[in-house]
Amino acid sequence: MSRSILVDTTRCVGCQRCVVACKLVNGLLSTSRSDFLTTDTLRALTPDTDLPMDESGDEQLSARALNVVQTHGSVYVRRFCMHCQDPTCVSVCPVGAFRKTAAGPVVYAEDRCMGCRYCMVACPFGVPRYEWNKVWAPRVKKCHMCAPRQAKGLKPACTEVCPAQAGVFGEREDLLREAENRLRQDPAKYYQHIYGKQEVGGTSVLYLSAVPVEELGLPANLPHDPLPGYTYRVLSKIPNLVTIGGALLGGIWWITRRREEVTSAEREEGTHK
Amino acid sequence: MTARRRGGACGRPRATTTVAPTSWDEQWIFASQIRAGKSAMSFARLPKITFWRTVLAVILCAGFYSTLLRFTKGLGAATNLTDRFPWGLWIGFDVFCGVGLAAGGFTLAAIVYVFHLRRFHPILRPATLTAFLGYALVAVALLYDLGRPYNIWHPLIMWNPHSVMFEVAWCVMLYLTVLALEFSPVVFERLGMQKPLKLLQAVTIPLVIVGVLLSTLHQSSLGSLFLIVPSKLHPYWYSPLLPLLFFVSALGVGMAMVIFESNLSARAFGREIEMSLLSALGRAMAVVLGIYAILRFQDLWGRGALAYLRRPSTETVLFVLEIVLGLLLPLLLLLFRQVRENRDGLFAVAVLVITGFLLNRLNVSVTGLEYSAQAHYFPKWTEVAVTLSMVGMGFLCFAWAARHLKVFEGD
Repeated sequence: MSRSILVDTTRCVGCQRCVVACKLVNGLLSTSRSDFLTTDTLRALTPDTDLPMDESGDEQLSARALNVVQTHGSVYVRRFCMHCQDPTCVSVCPVGAFRKTAAGPVVYAEDRCMGCRYCMVACPFGVPRYEWNKVWAPRVKKCHMCAPRQAKGLKPACTEVCPAQAGVFGEREDLLREAENRLRQDPAKYYQHIYGKQEVGGTSVLYLSAVPVEELGLPANLPHDPLPGYTYRVLSKIPNLVTIGGALLGGIWWITRRREEVTSAEREEGTHK
Repeated sequence: MTARRRGGACGRPRATTTVAPTSWDEQWIFASQIRAGKSAMSFARLPKITFWRTVLAVILCAGFYSTLLRFTKGLGAATNLTDRFPWGLWIGFDVFCGVGLAAGGFTLAAIVYVFHLRRFHPILRPATLTAFLGYALVAVALLYDLGRPYNIWHPLIMWNPHSVMFEVAWCVMLYLTVLALEFSPVVFERLGMQKPLKLLQAVTIPLVIVGVLLSTLHQSSLGSLFLIVPSKLHPYWYSPLLPLLFFVSALGVGMAMVIFESNLSARAFGREIEMSLLSALGRAMAVVLGIYAILRFQDLWGRGALAYLRRPSTETVLFVLEIVLGLLLPLLLLLFRQVRENRDGLFAVAVLVITGFLLNRLNVSVTGLEYSAQAHYFPKWTEVAVTLSMVGMGFLCFAWAARHLKVFEGD
């Protein structure tokens, strides 16, 4: 029982509706218009005239944009949190500010956060963003798969507004089956890989495309095992290290002290003679 | 000595000027006397001190401005950090290098108390003081770098044992406490408080053992932090052995720091240098560096990372610098007895080892991540100012403690 989003980049028309919908539900837009939009009109609508853009002019993920559509060649690629099955951010946060909910979304509790930004360093997809210009209580910002909407039985806003069914919301197993169907039914159209099925142990966001992932700007060099294990393998050795190390150091101390005592006793004997 | 110090504490100007000044006010008088040409003290030393004082004053002013900027305008205004590059100089230098450079404290504590090599005792106190100051400055640096510094205590009650950062947080807290306790006898001695002294004496050994264990965990955990970024850290530096490599290199740099700081304080306070001890430490450092070199090359070879040497890149330059300048050259130099037993030679080796160590930590925590982040980071001047201020404060505190407390034996 884990909800997911299947993104089919071959269907995406780049209308940016999902981007606007995301900004709307997250209070990042000062308008209520959500009609057909392009990056330019989006720019005109947002009070933020300084949206972070990359070289190609696409909007980048930021604290004010939790979901973006970027162009890679002729392909539109949505970027937002992958909601990993075994999330790296959940594992690295020292105060447990991130949580993988049973329903699927990875959510953030800002009142726990101390702002160390290890999550940003560790995320294999480079998703979490920071409110760098807030002085008092900066937050880590990322997509939460509309967890509050899901709790009310609604779909994530981005999938709600997609006119091309490029982003579909559903159970992960169902979506995986659906993705495999599409790959099988139209092998010429798709590159035969479901991105997110196995990457870092699987994610709750799945991608289909006509080209290899390298060409989508998504990290292609990810291992198939979950990353939290990489550090936990070491962390789990700490209790043993402490007990064995403590005993070893204590033992060395005892032996060297004993040796010192013996030497001084012998010296004393020598002076007595 | 005691009489002199008491005189210094009262701030009474002294008739004889051949004795080193013992308090700040006295020092000003002392300095003005020298400026007036009244002193027999070496003239060569004075301009240097005045120069460094000016530098320090400038640095601290810049640091003060940067502090205001950081806490009134936020991290965005005070740093060049970005979403693609969330960790910069404050983590890379202040925390990663600071903790490593403090490694002399636990290394010497283990040598003296656990291995009973008592002849090293004379250099234990300055090493403990350096370690304590190093860790205190790490804690202060974290207050600058954390987005919500007022939540720094959260790891106390909000646990996540799966997080290396959680381990790091606990290690900093606990080891800072241990270091304070390890150094506190010096303060109690000065205040003439016998009861706490006796109490501390009774728990010295357990305290030292706990300190060594915490340091081992902490030094290695800074390496473990990066185990989770196999796809992001450059192959020169990403390795499953990171925790072990961090621990071994910390041992090496700990010894280098003791040599470095013994030299500096000998110069600054006009003290005799414990050359036989430092040479012995140099020999031990050669062994540690040798082990580190074997581990490092075996690991690089095993992962095929050396193949990247054929590609010219910033990473390659920095990697070669780190390995040649900070590892192979000092290792080679240490093989010569003339170098080990020569004061300046050994000092030069220590400087090389420290440089190599700084390069390594900055490479792992900053430069090694640049290629995957597809972003370039260079610290803003305010970041540099804060870092330099921290270092400056460290020197000030050390100098103050060295004047007013019995940090060096035989004073």
